[in-house]
Amino acid sequence: MNAALSIDGLEVVFDRFRALKGVSLEVKSGDTYGLVGESGSGKSTLLKAIAGLVPAASGTIAVNGKTLGARRDKAFYREVQMVFQDPYGSLHPRQTVDRLLQEPLAIHGFADGEKRIQRALDEVGLGTGFRFRYAHQLSGGQRQRVAIARALILEPSILLLDEPTSALDASVQAEVLNLLEEIRRRRKLTFLMVSHDLAIVTHMCERLMVMQNGEAVENLTASQLIGHRVTKDYTRNLLRASEGFVRTA
Amino acid sequence: MSALLEVDDLRVNFPTRTGLVQAVRGVSFSLGRERLGIVGESGSGKSQTGRAIMGLTPPQAEVTAKKLAFDGIDLLAAPARQRRALRGKRIAMILQDPKYSLDPVMSIGRQIVETLRTHEKVGKAEARDRALAMLEAVQIRDPARVFDLHPHEVSGGMGQRAMIAMMLIAGPEMMIADEPTSALDVTVQLDVLGILDKLVSERGMGLIFISHDLRLVSSFCDRVIVMYAGKVVEQLKASELRDAQHPYTRGLLNCMPRIGFERHPLPVLDRKPEWAA
Repeated sequence: MNAALSIDGLEVVFDRFRALKGVSLEVKSGDTYGLVGESGSGKSTLLKAIAGLVPAASGTIAVNGKTLGARRDKAFYREVQMVFQDPYGSLHPRQTVDRLLQEPLAIHGFADGEKRIQRALDEVGLGTGFRFRYAHQLSGGQRQRVAIARALILEPSILLLDEPTSALDASVQAEVLNLLEEIRRRRKLTFLMVSHDLAIVTHMCERLMVMQNGEAVENLTASQLIGHRVTKDYTRNLLRASEGFVRTA
Repeated sequence: MSALLEVDDLRVNFPTRTGLVQAVRGVSFSLGRERLGIVGESGSGKSQTGRAIMGLTPPQAEVTAKKLAFDGIDLLAAPARQRRALRGKRIAMILQDPKYSLDPVMSIGRQIVETLRTHEKVGKAEARDRALAMLEAVQIRDPARVFDLHPHEVSGGMGQRAMIAMMLIAGPEMMIADEPTSALDVTVQLDVLGILDKLVSERGMGLIFISHDLRLVSSFCDRVIVMYAGKVVEQLKASELRDAQHPYTRGLLNCMPRIGFERHPLPVLDRKPEWAA
């Protein structure tokens, strides 16, 4: 079996609110899988549950065939890394890029930090000139590149991407999406990507899941979506909405 | 058609420790009773243009223009008192996120009534009736219930509708909408735009729609102004967007992924220094 990530009947409960109601999905190794839905649909909660940032009430999560326990071990974080939506909020404001990138290396006891930092910065197209800058000295796109470099520095096999470009301008978004695709191809990574934008998801992903109210509405391939071969009204609404405003006379 | 708003050579400068930051550098356009879109990326000066017209530029900034006139009134020469009377009454503004732009400790109904009674002499009962009617006009199903709710008790789409109701209740002639739907879900976005579109055309208002989303703006507006680095790089009819001449406009259109158009990698903008010159 070559599933990089398989989730079965995952439930997440906050007090009495069921944020995820038994969601199952399987992501093949090397695939890009998209999660689409409106705010409150549970798509980000699903990513956080995988990363261990919110506790699962029931259900199982397996990474590369290994079922995860309630606590994630160090080995898990070497395999799975996450990139967050807001590059302004996810980088420490008082640490230099160098310091930010050293932290995961120190935690995991890597000796060749120097080389890895240089390589990671080169890989995301920043170069070592950015090494001793602070987050506030960078533009939004550059910050997101630093966040991607931080995720890549441990050489994970799976990246969890939570709306990685929604805080960026359209032209910068294109650059970051291209970067992500290129890295995935080069390193043969598996992506699980959350977005509210159907166009981005169909651009990046082979398969996707539409979510609403903590449940899976529909599983689709990108080509089904492009050909409008969808079965649920909710997905159809999303598709129509993504085509822009149409004036009704 | 006489112009509702005339802007000629508008400049907004921020003096800072490291020198003058020129946010808006000589923007000119005129607005009739139509829908005009202003598009640009962050830092292009689109929001500062809107704020300068509204008179909401921070006090440390300098606003200059050869002409900035609303219905013949010179806005830069007008005393603060007159500008306050215009603001909210004849020129209204919708902001991006209802979570931050509505008063969190005041019920939605009271905020709407406050706007109305600031600008018109109406009794309490009448003000309440008009606020309820306005909430109904923005397609809120149960206006009497929403009237008594506080902003944190309603969804983003509902909050933005309440905001539109509040802005329209005094019957403005011109509305500036600064990213009115960017904080909303896509499906809600269309509902809110539909309401805005209907009310604006029914009342024959002039609308300035500020957004970063070129495609959305072109589907909603009659005319589009594209801004880059504080300047207008292109002005065109929304229907002629396909024939945009400026490489920045074309690049902006091109770089967004579209359903059914596979392009790997996406074309990226190659920013030329002469665009900002």
